[in-house]
Amino acid sequence: MNSTTLSSSAAGIGSADSTPPRRNSKRPKYSRFSQQELPACKPILTPKWVIAAFLLIGAVFIPIGVFSLLASRDVVQIVNQYETDCIPEGSRTDKVGFIRGPQDKTCHRTLSIRRHMKQPIYVYYQLDNFYQNHRRYVKSRSDLQLRSPENEDETKSCQPEGTLNGTKAPIVPCGLIAWSLFNDTYEFSRNKRQLTVNKRGISWKSDRERKFGKNVYPKNFQNGTLQGGARLDSSKPLSEQEDLIVWMRTAALPTFRKLYGKIEVDLNPGDVIDVKLQNNYNTYSFNGKKKLVLSTTSWLGGKNDFIGIAYLSVGGLCFLLATIFTVIYFIKPRELGDPNYLSWNANPGDH
Amino acid sequence: MTGRRKKEIRFSRLYSFSCFRSSSRDEHSQIGQKGYSRVVYCNDPDSAEQIALRYRRNYVSTTKYNALNFFPKSLFEQFRRVANIYFLVVACVSFSPLAPYSASSILGPLFLVIGATMAKEALEDWRRMKQDVEANNRKVKVYDRNHKFQDTRWKKLRVGDLVKVHKDEYFPADLLLLSSSYDDGICYVETTNLDGETNLKVKHALDFTSSLHEDNSFQQFKAVIKCEDPNDDLYTFVGTLYYDGQQYPISLQQLLLRDSKLRNTEHVYGVVVFTGHETKVMQNATDPPSKRSKIERKMDKIIYILFSVLISVSFIGSFFFGINTEKDIDRDRNVKRWYLRPDRTTVFYDPDRSALAALFHFLTGLLLYGYLIPISLYVSIELVKVLQSVFINQDPDMYYEETDRPAHARTSNLNEELGQVDTILSDKTGTLTCNSMDFVKCSVAGVAYGRGMTEVERALAKRKGDVVAHDDGNTSADLQGKSIKGFNFNDDRIMNGQWVNEPNADTIQNFFRVLALCHTAIPEVNQETGEIAYEAESPDEAAFVIAARELGFEFFKRTQTSISLHEIDHTSGRKIDRSFTLLHVLEFSSARKRMSVIVENDENQLLLLCKGADSVMFERLSNDAQDFEAITMDHIKRYSEAGLRTLVVAYRGISKEEFRSWEEEFMKAQTSVSADRDALVEAAADKIEKDLILLGATAVEDKLQKGVPECINKLENAGIKIWVITGDKMETAINIGYACSLLRDDMKKIVITLDSPEINDLEKRGEKKAVAKASSASIANQIREGKLQLSSCEGNSISFGLIIDGKSLSYALSKNQEDSFLDLAINCASVICCRSTPKQKALVTRLVKKGRGRTTLAIGDGANDVGMLQEADIGVGISGVEGMQAAMSSDFSIAQFRFLERLLLVHGHWCYRRISMMICYFFYKNIAFGFTLFWFEAHASFSGQPAYNDWYMSFYNVFFTSLPVIALGVFDQDVSARFCLKYPMLYQEGVQDVLFSWPRIIGWMLNGVISSMIIFFFTTNSVLHQSFRKDGQVVDFEVLGVMMYTCIIWTVNCQMAVSINYFTWIQHFFIWGSIAFWYAFLVIYGAISPTTSTTAYQVLVEACAPSPFYWLGTLVVVLSSLLPYFLYRAFQTEFNPMIHDVIQRRRLSSSELETSRDLSKKTGYSVIIFKI
Repeated sequence: MNSTTLSSSAAGIGSADSTPPRRNSKRPKYSRFSQQELPACKPILTPKWVIAAFLLIGAVFIPIGVFSLLASRDVVQIVNQYETDCIPEGSRTDKVGFIRGPQDKTCHRTLSIRRHMKQPIYVYYQLDNFYQNHRRYVKSRSDLQLRSPENEDETKSCQPEGTLNGTKAPIVPCGLIAWSLFNDTYEFSRNKRQLTVNKRGISWKSDRERKFGKNVYPKNFQNGTLQGGARLDSSKPLSEQEDLIVWMRTAALPTFRKLYGKIEVDLNPGDVIDVKLQNNYNTYSFNGKKKLVLSTTSWLGGKNDFIGIAYLSVGGLCFLLATIFTVIYFIKPRELGDPNYLSWNANPGDH
Repeated sequence: MTGRRKKEIRFSRLYSFSCFRSSSRDEHSQIGQKGYSRVVYCNDPDSAEQIALRYRRNYVSTTKYNALNFFPKSLFEQFRRVANIYFLVVACVSFSPLAPYSASSILGPLFLVIGATMAKEALEDWRRMKQDVEANNRKVKVYDRNHKFQDTRWKKLRVGDLVKVHKDEYFPADLLLLSSSYDDGICYVETTNLDGETNLKVKHALDFTSSLHEDNSFQQFKAVIKCEDPNDDLYTFVGTLYYDGQQYPISLQQLLLRDSKLRNTEHVYGVVVFTGHETKVMQNATDPPSKRSKIERKMDKIIYILFSVLISVSFIGSFFFGINTEKDIDRDRNVKRWYLRPDRTTVFYDPDRSALAALFHFLTGLLLYGYLIPISLYVSIELVKVLQSVFINQDPDMYYEETDRPAHARTSNLNEELGQVDTILSDKTGTLTCNSMDFVKCSVAGVAYGRGMTEVERALAKRKGDVVAHDDGNTSADLQGKSIKGFNFNDDRIMNGQWVNEPNADTIQNFFRVLALCHTAIPEVNQETGEIAYEAESPDEAAFVIAARELGFEFFKRTQTSISLHEIDHTSGRKIDRSFTLLHVLEFSSARKRMSVIVENDENQLLLLCKGADSVMFERLSNDAQDFEAITMDHIKRYSEAGLRTLVVAYRGISKEEFRSWEEEFMKAQTSVSADRDALVEAAADKIEKDLILLGATAVEDKLQKGVPECINKLENAGIKIWVITGDKMETAINIGYACSLLRDDMKKIVITLDSPEINDLEKRGEKKAVAKASSASIANQIREGKLQLSSCEGNSISFGLIIDGKSLSYALSKNQEDSFLDLAINCASVICCRSTPKQKALVTRLVKKGRGRTTLAIGDGANDVGMLQEADIGVGISGVEGMQAAMSSDFSIAQFRFLERLLLVHGHWCYRRISMMICYFFYKNIAFGFTLFWFEAHASFSGQPAYNDWYMSFYNVFFTSLPVIALGVFDQDVSARFCLKYPMLYQEGVQDVLFSWPRIIGWMLNGVISSMIIFFFTTNSVLHQSFRKDGQVVDFEVLGVMMYTCIIWTVNCQMAVSINYFTWIQHFFIWGSIAFWYAFLVIYGAISPTTSTTAYQVLVEACAPSPFYWLGTLVVVLSSLLPYFLYRAFQTEFNPMIHDVIQRRRLSSSELETSRDLSKKTGYSVIIFKI
């Protein structure tokens, strides 16, 4: 069907001439871009591709899983929970009372080494049910104040631990985080010989150098009516108070470990480590556990099987899916693009 | 019916009664009353009276904003969106201590999003302003106090100013025409800007002013005009001119409208009556009704769902927060979590007022989980749609060479709606057909002339199985080497002056004289060649005048009172000029269905020449019937079967007395100002159009546009139902239906009509109530029978075509029948409504739209389709011969019907797919992100602490995930354009809305929730307590945030990569670029001093990057969270593939063997044969 009537004529109504190229034509310019015909890769989920993808994932994941698991198994870790044991039998009915009391809180724990532990051995304390990620807690600090002495009055965000008992004297370091600094201490000895715990370099370098001032000294700290946690040596600048720096890096989850120090000698199987600890910190009010952890590291880090298992199971699942797909593909092969599917009243698939 | 009907609301009223000059007293009785109070002191704008009236100057501003109000007003516009209000509230709350993150990180993205939208508004307004400035500063000659015409800017023009407008200039305001360069005070105007028509209209000055020809003749001219107040009716104007103690009535005939153009006239003088915004054209400037697409309406619902999710999540959070806070101090006043100092706290954490604290926390939660609501969704969608429109506008495959018109998306709101069209309602004339009328046949005095064969006839013959010889009509025209537009007539008996030898030469002469005289066309003589072209208001009319010219009755001159022809004297055979005095034009209207002129020939005989539709003409023929009446009727029937448009031509002589008495009566009717003026005029006209003498009938062909049958076939294969709503006669409509393959031989036809003897009987007796009752009953009955037919054929592969005429339609559309009618109609493959009025077109559209709840698309080209276009979900205008009015009020305009195929099947499908995928994905990514916050919350005793640094969060929607989704919205395609067209059933994905169905939306949301769970639990478990690096460091708050956030960025971007089907460098660049940008951001942000970067300081470089856990964790988390979707897709494509999956596979395996295979598919209501 074609129309000749619209061709030009001498006497036509508004006759149109159709001689290309027309000047000022509104004809859109052809380009592969505007016609949406750019060279493109158009991946399609054919069974072969699906099977290949699953196999590939499996093939990559399972070795990673195996290696991670091995690394995790290499790590030697000793965990010692002590929050109940370190309270004398008689005081266990009123743990909070005991911990707040003036009694001697020294406690002895014995750790026996089963596997060889290569130095450095990291010493952690682990707290439980302690919400360092609580919004009130997280915000209760003053980074400005920590950084330089000029800003020591920047304590607005630190209330109620900003100033000393309602006076204007600022507390340095201010805020709930610093105030609740962990104050259990550990001393380790093997065969009555003291093992030195190196507490240098347990914090992030950037924290020491940029966030905690070298000329900021503790001031009015823990002088309030209610003492929170540890006291600080006011002769040492904050940048050297590594326990504080570590503590001030708030933990993400209510159960967390924090680095206490490093033991820089190897521990051998059969060694018995005697720990003399000061059980000062109050986790009893909120039923928190306290654990002492000694752990070596592998190339991956500490001991955690999760990632290895995750890799293994995802990889395994992919292998399984690949098998299922292959079986289906061979048992019930379908013609690719079977035209019988092209009926649009056949109920199309949905989620 | 004829195509002239289309014009009835426009041209005919502008071109009014040329002979009307008298000024009766009672006519403008309303002047000076309410609504008619405007007073203009002509040529005296400085007079105290005129100034006291304080009419506006001619300054025009079409901008939405100005410098002062832009800010508040556009802000207000922005905050009319629910989501933006929410974000505003959030921003306000963010300044309080309730906020979980800093105010600037909330305000930043909000400002960006709102700023972008406002910038767009400002740009659009700037363009409008530039146009205004241009218009306001155009120059026009104004008569000043020194009695000279001086150049003045348009904006300085005042009411009462006397202006002189030259040829081809625009009128600066609404002017009263005083005189022109022509002696008789006429001028020609072009109203393209007003109504899109390219033909010229004649305006007449009042007699007494038309003598003011010279610049200096206005020195003493002072007059007062009293007229109607400014209004938006382009086709009425009533006023009175007071001059020298006399009153002169003025009408639209003297009014020159702003934005129309002076043509073919050297200059005119006029007085400014309406200025600036009071001009008719400015009063008319209203925005078309804004339409929203279905997807967007559904999207609003999803937003509401998300709001409720947000509220419930916040509620859960604050509930547990309240409990936790309460427990911080127990009954014995023992402090539990002493490190939080619950004994010395603010109200937000006060255990003693835990309910209040929970309430405040609820607000915090609303802020914190605000990421569930995608802030950038609206602005992204708008941007994407604009870009999609660019693609539509730039498609050379929808460009029409003949008229130099590309497709144009006039609104970008409805792109995706194009992919969901269920029913197309199409006009016929000018839409399916070219609307360039060819005079092909005529019947004069009972003899049929014209040997051409029409396309419909050919289709008809083909159906009957005849071998069609190539018609001789075209070939002989070709032989002559010259085809004349509008004329495809070939018959040796009457051509080349041979008609004189015919037995009925007199009748033939009268017949063509009527064609040459009874019209409103304007001749345009080409000065060089002497050839004459015509400016006619409709192509039919042009075809008649051209036919008359070709047969020797050449109309060459029209003045106000006369029409002149070059005629070949049939006795002498010489060419002579003959002039007729034009006494009256009785216009065409859809109600009258006829047009007449009353002329006086050079023998002082008064003649009424009339042409009109057969239905009204035969009853007006004189009683002493012509012997060829029956034969003519038979011819007309045959013509309309052949798809031709027919008109009956007749005349009558009038005595002078009769004319005079009639004229008086007619004038009265004509000049009455009452509301029923039209009815009165009609009644008066009726009185003279009687006792006509039949001459014959004309038949013009309206050719089908190129590619229409193929296009309709494709659209039907795509499962789109097509309804044709036309003003044509039933026979014509049916035949056109066959020609464009709407109706096929294997279809059963259901015809609903009121053309039964009983009803005709009742009608003759004039018992209106009885007629209505009987008609209604008859229609109900016919609908019932139709349904029976349908149900009896259920299961068979027979499809039905429904044909209904206008009269029946008005009953079928009545309240109590519309449901059953719709029921019947939607089960028919095609529906043709004939003889329907513009109003019925809109009503049918509304019925389909409302009744079915499916998307309707209306396509039309004329002013009579405007109602339909605006009523439908999508209006597509054909920018064709009938001017631009339809195109102006449409949502999309294309030049040819066949482009609809590409517009719907390719662009529509793509846009639908893109937008629905985009919205689903948008919700996915925000839910995936938002819920990680919630899981973290649950582990932070619901205290409202976000897991991430503030700026990670605010950049999430703006930088890290926005560009790939925009690329998806603009570029993604499941299959290429070629395959979209090859497999039209792919379109059904949009019609059935499979890509944006609730299960799918919910599925995506669930996918988001699952992703968030995998991300949170895998990440936290893999780095739970142990050191995450060899050097014994443990994960802290910040590092966990970065690890989770990295997983989110990877997951949502890879999810995008998995779910799109189309990767060009753009997609690659955006997806991988977004991920790379995250790392780059971390490095750069981490390198800034800790004062700014706070917790993010050196986090990647120092903490995360050296940790194998970080990288291994990312890999396993990302792959695991992609697995559910990937698995679903793998199984779904294999076992329950969607149409596009199948087509993709076919493309992949596209062996040529398969492509040649024919498929046949049975559908619920029609058989679709795929020819692949």
